[in-house]
Amino acid sequence: MSFTLIANHESDKRANRDAYVAAMQEMMRENSKVCHIDCDLMNCINTGKLLKEFPDRTYNAGIAEQNAMAVAGGMAATGMIPFVHSFGIFVSRRAFDQAFLACAYSGLNVNVIGSDPGVTAAYNGGTHMPFEDCGLYMNIPGAVVIDPADYAATYALTKQIAAADGIAYMRLVRKTVKTIYGDGSEFEIGKGITLKDGADVTLIASGIMVDEALKAEEALAAKGISARVIDMHTWKPLDEELIIKAAKETGAIVTCENHQVGTGLGSAIANVLAKNAPTPIEMVGVQDRFGQVGAQAFLAEEYNLLAADIVAAAEKVLVRK
Amino acid sequence: MSKQEKMHELRVLAAQIRLETMKTIGSLGFGHVGGSMSMADAMAVLYGAYMNIDPKNPQKEDRDWFVMSKGHAGPVMYATLGIMGYYPIEEAYKLNTPHTNFPSHTDRTKTPGVDLTTGSLGQGIGEAVGAALGLKVQGQPSRVYVAIGDGEADEGSVWEAAQFAAHYKLDNLVCLVDNNKRQLDGPVADIMSHGKGIGAKFDAFGWNVIEVEDGNDVEQIYDAVASAIETKGMPTALILNTVKGKGAIFAEPTGAHSSQPTKEQWEEGIKACEESYEAVKAQN
Repeated sequence: MSFTLIANHESDKRANRDAYVAAMQEMMRENSKVCHIDCDLMNCINTGKLLKEFPDRTYNAGIAEQNAMAVAGGMAATGMIPFVHSFGIFVSRRAFDQAFLACAYSGLNVNVIGSDPGVTAAYNGGTHMPFEDCGLYMNIPGAVVIDPADYAATYALTKQIAAADGIAYMRLVRKTVKTIYGDGSEFEIGKGITLKDGADVTLIASGIMVDEALKAEEALAAKGISARVIDMHTWKPLDEELIIKAAKETGAIVTCENHQVGTGLGSAIANVLAKNAPTPIEMVGVQDRFGQVGAQAFLAEEYNLLAADIVAAAEKVLVRK
Repeated sequence: MSKQEKMHELRVLAAQIRLETMKTIGSLGFGHVGGSMSMADAMAVLYGAYMNIDPKNPQKEDRDWFVMSKGHAGPVMYATLGIMGYYPIEEAYKLNTPHTNFPSHTDRTKTPGVDLTTGSLGQGIGEAVGAALGLKVQGQPSRVYVAIGDGEADEGSVWEAAQFAAHYKLDNLVCLVDNNKRQLDGPVADIMSHGKGIGAKFDAFGWNVIEVEDGNDVEQIYDAVASAIETKGMPTALILNTVKGKGAIFAEPTGAHSSQPTKEQWEEGIKACEESYEAVKAQN
């Protein structure tokens, strides 16, 4: 896997959702089995483009996520490769039984896209703020769960989940996000990416938290602390080897997620560490709270999802090393 | 073959399905007898007269599909598939034993001839709708038959699927409603009634609706399916007015959802089905 690291803490000029649409356009041109099912949210992620170019393979299920998921299962059984999109809360909480039974338990390749992860739901507020979407999907045996960091990652991983067997859940930030990777960077499901090497502590992040972790690494370096930074875009299957290696080499771990720590990345990593390499760990993320309404910047501060929170957690875990 | 001869053949098949359903559930001595037995005649008509299938090649590309959305009626499907030759019928007697390929609820990963996995009520019809759409998009001539229960129709997801099927004009989809008037806790009319009726609901959702007065009469079902196949531009719902537990002497009088009779009652129940099977055969 090769990648170029940009990480200039500036936003990509392209909306992140367009990475999904671009990947879908290419796949739908190449493979007549690939299709998209939306739930009256086409205008939110620009899948109208798919409807225009592929009217026979782009469906609007209306505001009926449970049925959209069951339909996806049925279509997959006939050999189609369906992607289902709605807001993260709806394709996880609302349609979970269908995702579990009609898709995963049935052994079918269904790809689920949940938009507006965590605090990026912003002004839609607590009712629409998925802090538990990945956790729900991680309960499903064999599921693939992904929180991509930026445009390049979203583009590449959309194609990867289409090719992977079984159910996959991928988060999708609609708007622009900070650029981490150069275009053409390569990603592999289940393989974390070491963005910065370091010796004292490892920061393991995903999604919008990757940029915060990179900023934290710079702040820690200024204090004389050498931090390793890993983009753990795949939460399941988790890259245990990379985690254990980091734990053994740096002796301290900080996890960073835009999700409940109790059912998310932090807990999953703690589980790996406890079994393989007991290591002090701190978890930056949502601490058993509901979401609320507000600007994303306000919410990131409110739920302690900023670089400063990661720095504080690193300093705290180093005391226990 | 004359229609009269065909109907006799289907009646014999229905009686055989009933007998094998009883033997299948009777192997462990308990299970969903009621909702399996009410479906036997519809299964005989579909598999005996209409479905394009090849038991030796269950995945045949242009096959017709059957989805038991009321997944607890797995045993009547296992009996039917066994009789049709997907596997020796004795295999089905392993119902619910460790590592079985014949679980209570139908599972596409386990049983040859089972096209989709069901068991969480209200999901199978959505899956069937997806299959009908997927097959249509891929240019297959296949028809998808799905069976739901009247109790199952309590689930809102049934109606999400119904609106989708009508919107996308899935005329390759036929939904058989096993309207046996009973759900687990008692009569459907008492537990959760269906307003102006299940048929009226499907009609309001834009479906072609055919009421089958006696859903345990193979000829009435046969004629209704023929009419469904003729209908273009919309899916068809067949409202089969059936009797829960039909032909199971210990279950029919009570309309029980699941049954665990005594060993003696099982012996009597299976014997009655054997006698009925022989009697129907002799009717020609």
